Amino acid sequence: MTDDAKRSGLSRRSFLCSGAAGALSGGLAAGLLPGDAAGAAAVTDAEAPDTVGPGPVEIELEVNGATRRLAVEPRVTLLDGLRDRLDVTGPKRVCDRGTCGACTVLEDGRPIYACSRLMIESAGRSITTVEGLGSPDAMHDVQQAFVENDAQQCGYCTPGFVVATAALLARHPAPSEQEIEAGLGGNLCRCGTYKGIRAVVEGAGGGGVSGG
Amino acid sequence: MRPFGYAAPATVDQAVGLLEAEGSEALAGGTDLLSLLKDDVERVDRLVALRGVPGLSGIELDGGTLRVGAMTTLQELRDHDGAIAALPALAVAIDGVASPQLRAMGTVGGDLLQRPRCWYYRRGFGLLALAADGRSMVADGDNRYHAIFPEGEARFVNPSSLAPLLVALGAEAVVHGPAGERRLPVEALYRAPQAAGERENTLAPGELLVGVEADVEGSRSAVYEVRQRRALDWPLMAAAVSLTGSGPRTERARIVLGHAAPVPHVATAAGDVLAGQELTPETVAAAADAAVEGARPMSGNRYKVQLARTAVRRALGRAAGMEI
Repeated sequence: MTDDAKRSGLSRRSFLCSGAAGALSGGLAAGLLPGDAAGAAAVTDAEAPDTVGPGPVEIELEVNGATRRLAVEPRVTLLDGLRDRLDVTGPKRVCDRGTCGACTVLEDGRPIYACSRLMIESAGRSITTVEGLGSPDAMHDVQQAFVENDAQQCGYCTPGFVVATAALLARHPAPSEQEIEAGLGGNLCRCGTYKGIRAVVEGAGGGGVSGG
Repeated sequence: MRPFGYAAPATVDQAVGLLEAEGSEALAGGTDLLSLLKDDVERVDRLVALRGVPGLSGIELDGGTLRVGAMTTLQELRDHDGAIAALPALAVAIDGVASPQLRAMGTVGGDLLQRPRCWYYRRGFGLLALAADGRSMVADGDNRYHAIFPEGEARFVNPSSLAPLLVALGAEAVVHGPAGERRLPVEALYRAPQAAGERENTLAPGELLVGVEADVEGSRSAVYEVRQRRALDWPLMAAAVSLTGSGPRTERARIVLGHAAPVPHVATAAGDVLAGQELTPETVAAAADAAVEGARPMSGNRYKVQLARTAVRRALGRAAGMEI
């Protein structure tokens, strides 16, 4: 595998495998009939990249430090893939439209809405969810601070807020008021636990909570 | 989401080739497109992923020229000290996208070409939102966030955070297509559709916005956005201004309104008012009045006319470094 293919998490071999599986499950005629536009293009234009899907495509990505391989349809979001296929249910599906932040995960260290990223786009990348920050027995400083400051109520937004807070503190270990608002502006809490969450972040300056 | 194919081109030429096919759509940060696909407002046969295409992202400050690749994320641009120092108004425009997640995912090209937020469009009634009898659902309905400068039946507003500033600066868009490269003023990326099925941008099938280029020297610019709340949302109104001229007199002023019309609205008359003038509370107020000349608000958005005046006044104040 070339370095590029490794990074993309999509090997030519897996492209071909998934293509064959798609043709078989979708009926033998699919892609084989003379005049089939996609098939013809693939034969005549060696330069053109493969179009994969709409059936499952084998991808590889790192989730919370472990390499995971799975076959997903291109339309599956990172959020649904994590929750439904990999049983990583920390990220929550709330608005599913890139507004509420409950699905926040880190992709290569940057906070993103997992609902608004196709899982296939995260192939070859490293994903950290709230589970990857710490465990109940060995909590991340941010998780511990959420507990100590009672910074949750119903808890639905909490995993996203914890990840967003960790990302904020990694960038700004002692954030200003303005940096806190900018850093957590992508997450909503309908219970109104903002006061507790602010206490978590403000404790960071003097109190040992850090994003690392 | 309905099923679709996915292709990850390795070059801009490959991307252009893939985008020529009907039913193919470019995927940048995905924050807008995926929502449209989930809601079945738009349908695609194949997404052409731009994320892995080398050369589409990056920031270059070359003398007084700022070049930004279309796949550069808003956060990357915000974190580029050189770009922000050369064009402080960029920080205001980007910070208005008040979510670190959206700034990390959203791209410059995606911001410029995001689809309108009109709730009739988002509910599947099309950009013109015409009822079966041909009447406008927008004019007859809830138009509180719609255009005060509608063009024909196009009554939505251009939602881009960066477009007003780039248009005020006279920035160019660089587009690659089947016939090669073409450059056009950023405002020429947009049009007000007049028939069902027409889009609000001027890119032909197979054409791809690859970047923008702006002259950031020799002018003072500013952005002012009026918001309903500080939390993540699109502004109600925005103004961007760019002033040239040394000394107290303004040689040339470009004033552009965002969220006011189906395209970034160049307020030519407002700029003319300031040409050769010193910025004073009186000339600024005259420019603000001129900026809304000819406004045709609808039943529920008359307040936006005053917001536009205020945004222009405050943007001019910021650019001139004076409290107005």
